[in-house]
Amino acid sequence: MGNELLEKYVLFRHRDVEDIHKIDGYTANDGYTALKKALETMKPEDVTNVVKNAGLRGRGGAGFPAGVKWSFIPKDIFPKYIVVNADESEPGTFKDREIMTYNPHQLIEGIIMCAYAVGAETAYIYGRGEFRTLFLGRLQEAVDEAYAKGFLGKNILGSDFSMDLYLHLGAGAYICGEETALLNSLEGLMGQPRSRPPFPAVEGLYAKPTVINNVETLTNVPPIVANGADWYHQFGTERSPGTKIFSLSGRVNKPGNYELPLGTPIRYLIEECGGGVIDGKAVKGILPAGASSAIVGPEALDVTMDYEAMAAAGTMLGSASFIIMDETVDAVWAAEKNVKFFKHESCGKCSPCREGSFWLTSVYRKLREGRGSKKDVEMLETIINQMEGNCFCLLGEFTVPGVRTSLALFRDEYEALARNGDEMAQPDHNLVLAEQMLNSQSKV
Amino acid sequence: MTHENGIDLALMDEVFQKYSQQKGALIPILQNAQDIYGFLPQEALQLIADKMGVSIGKVYGVATFYAQFYLEKRGRHILKLCDGTACHVKGTPLLVTALGDGYHIQPGETTEDGDLTIEIVYCLGSCALAPVTILDDQVMGRMRPEMMVRKVQKHIKDAQKAAGA
Repeated sequence: MGNELLEKYVLFRHRDVEDIHKIDGYTANDGYTALKKALETMKPEDVTNVVKNAGLRGRGGAGFPAGVKWSFIPKDIFPKYIVVNADESEPGTFKDREIMTYNPHQLIEGIIMCAYAVGAETAYIYGRGEFRTLFLGRLQEAVDEAYAKGFLGKNILGSDFSMDLYLHLGAGAYICGEETALLNSLEGLMGQPRSRPPFPAVEGLYAKPTVINNVETLTNVPPIVANGADWYHQFGTERSPGTKIFSLSGRVNKPGNYELPLGTPIRYLIEECGGGVIDGKAVKGILPAGASSAIVGPEALDVTMDYEAMAAAGTMLGSASFIIMDETVDAVWAAEKNVKFFKHESCGKCSPCREGSFWLTSVYRKLREGRGSKKDVEMLETIINQMEGNCFCLLGEFTVPGVRTSLALFRDEYEALARNGDEMAQPDHNLVLAEQMLNSQSKV
Repeated sequence: MTHENGIDLALMDEVFQKYSQQKGALIPILQNAQDIYGFLPQEALQLIADKMGVSIGKVYGVATFYAQFYLEKRGRHILKLCDGTACHVKGTPLLVTALGDGYHIQPGETTEDGDLTIEIVYCLGSCALAPVTILDDQVMGRMRPEMMVRKVQKHIKDAQKAAGA
């Protein structure tokens, strides 16, 4: 049961309990008892307070305290909405898929309690288009079962509280994981981000107060309400309590999802859980939050995986999708790959992101084809400096740290490529123009 | 009512009925239309705009924004290759090269006989199975070039046999 660091799983209960994806299996193992407790013995604000005291932080990436977010919802504006962000699109992240496939009722129970806490009567789960099979199949079955047993719909468990839950599929856009772009997509518009303020808690879906939480965040709610805030604090660190699912991928022997207490060292994840690096090679770089991460080198192996320690190490925990690069991986190649991803996914709304990711891709291609020079390496820095802090939403901002840290950690590889180009000395007309443009802009 | 290029717009009636009451249903309607026709024909987009009382420009904007909407006809079989960071590191470029050698097509293209379309997608959320490919609806993880080409050949052949029988 559980693993070495956890006696029992909190989120991945399906790994301990058989048939928990079925409603009978779930109710036979304390399923929906937390909801019963909440509806019968707790006021809505009590639920919010327990979650607040537990210190549950948003698992989608930003780590914002969930209970605090719920308390921002105004009491006197109706209707209110709950939107569950299941647009799990960060390269390297695959934790929500496992929850929704194997332990869907714990998520549904969490959604109902969140709705009860803030007084919402409608909830949507927004899933990425790739989750089609899951959303039309297993997850829909779980929702139907919950309706049939009276956990969803009118007068839940005989109380005054009623709510409906709908599943909604996106159509393939990374940007829709950004919460305001997600709201636009849910309304049937192009998935482009909105300006904030107003924040979704005040004006979200259809300009009504909206709570947007990640799948994993809400899956934490039933055990917190059932066992109390103190129980939750036994896991993790003081400021990052609880357990977290770490998605491990890249050059390791046993990639997969691992649920561990927050504050576990990175080394434990790679060596004990992941069985070490393939062929016993050395770790070269770690991307702790998928393509959006600042890369850290092997010296970070003993950093603990919690929000504070990761930030102190110059990166972030984000959605905790650890992609491991070993010494065989070409750093420039990997960075180009990430930049191409952001270029492809940039929604086109703001120019720093749209143009910046375009020019980064061009410069990387030039370098990798051996046509680049030292000036091109500097050009990469110029471009990210102009992007940083100037993008409309985080998609553009997240393009920057990967490039910046790749340049800092693996400068020799960039310069080795640039030397080839210096010998060939072929100026690229477009890049010369771009450089002139950027120079004239920075003077203004 | 069959349109001159073989698009039967009457098939959309059921879709409009299902979503007539739902706010913001444009994306599900487009998804349903694509399930019916395999892609989004111009005629269907115009019909959707008319029925929903929005401009064709808005419908077109949404249809072109999302990666999973297609405005052109595609091959009978679709092979999606994940090129997210984890899959890329584990060898998706080798798979693309193997397909280029075997079928003379690049990502985004369809073979001349209309049998196969290949597409690059970014992160299917199965990074533990990297590199991941999806042939029609069948997920094939930890793919190697030779194995993938063999599976694609077999899949196309089986489908042809089934159609012939």
